[in-house]
Amino acid sequence: MSESDITLYRLQACPFCERVVRKLDEYDLDYHSRFVEPMHSDRDVVKRLSGKRTVPAIVDENTGVTMSESANIVAYLERTYGDEGTAGGVA
Amino acid sequence: MELDFEVVDLDPVDHPEEGDTAPDFTRPLVNDEFWADESLSSLCADSEQVVLVFHPMDGAFPATYIWNEIRDRAWHEQATVVGVSISTPYEHKQLLEEREIEGNHRLFSDPANGVAQQYNIDMDLDGMAGIEEPRPSVFVLDSDRTVEYAWVAEEWPDFPDYDAVEAQL
Repeated sequence: MSESDITLYRLQACPFCERVVRKLDEYDLDYHSRFVEPMHSDRDVVKRLSGKRTVPAIVDENTGVTMSESANIVAYLERTYGDEGTAGGVA
Repeated sequence: MELDFEVVDLDPVDHPEEGDTAPDFTRPLVNDEFWADESLSSLCADSEQVVLVFHPMDGAFPATYIWNEIRDRAWHEQATVVGVSISTPYEHKQLLEEREIEGNHRLFSDPANGVAQQYNIDMDLDGMAGIEEPRPSVFVLDSDRTVEYAWVAEEWPDFPDYDAVEAQL
């Protein structure tokens, strides 16, 4: 919809996904949400991207990064978009 | 043989007609793998023709009949085909799966019936307090959302004229 370059694969009401959402909001980053199935075995779209069926998973076109696991994603966002970030990618 | 089959007549409504620009909206659009907010205007911009099918809630027999027919006619080979009902994204995923609807078919989820209200085709459901849904309707749109064909049910239940829609594609 928007020109956002970040896509978040998420599951409704998943606390680990909300943790990533909070971090995206904290840094005022636009993102697309794609909601997937509660049934783990039906999440082939996530598996194709990240190699795992877990959510959250994030695709960041700014950096070419695809990753899963909320702790990893939060650390990535802090590193890339936080005050201490050095990787750039913020306009 | 005359069947004693009661059909309810619906009052005429002022819905979008041929030549009008169809109202734009954004709702979760469900495919067989995920759902994401999508606007009608962006779907139209990406396609020469969009077939927008308003149908009764998933699980009702008309929804099943309509999607079986559209699937068998393979409209998606010629146009972008999307449905709209008041069902949730979870129910839409199940409908796509149960009807074995593959290819480029996707379903908008509009539980509050706001899209039908925009199109002036909203209808209360007798005996289901507090629930309204769209009248069965089909709009064929070009890439600017101009209406090329419009059909809105004037009785209930009623089904699209599939041949007439197909003649537009």
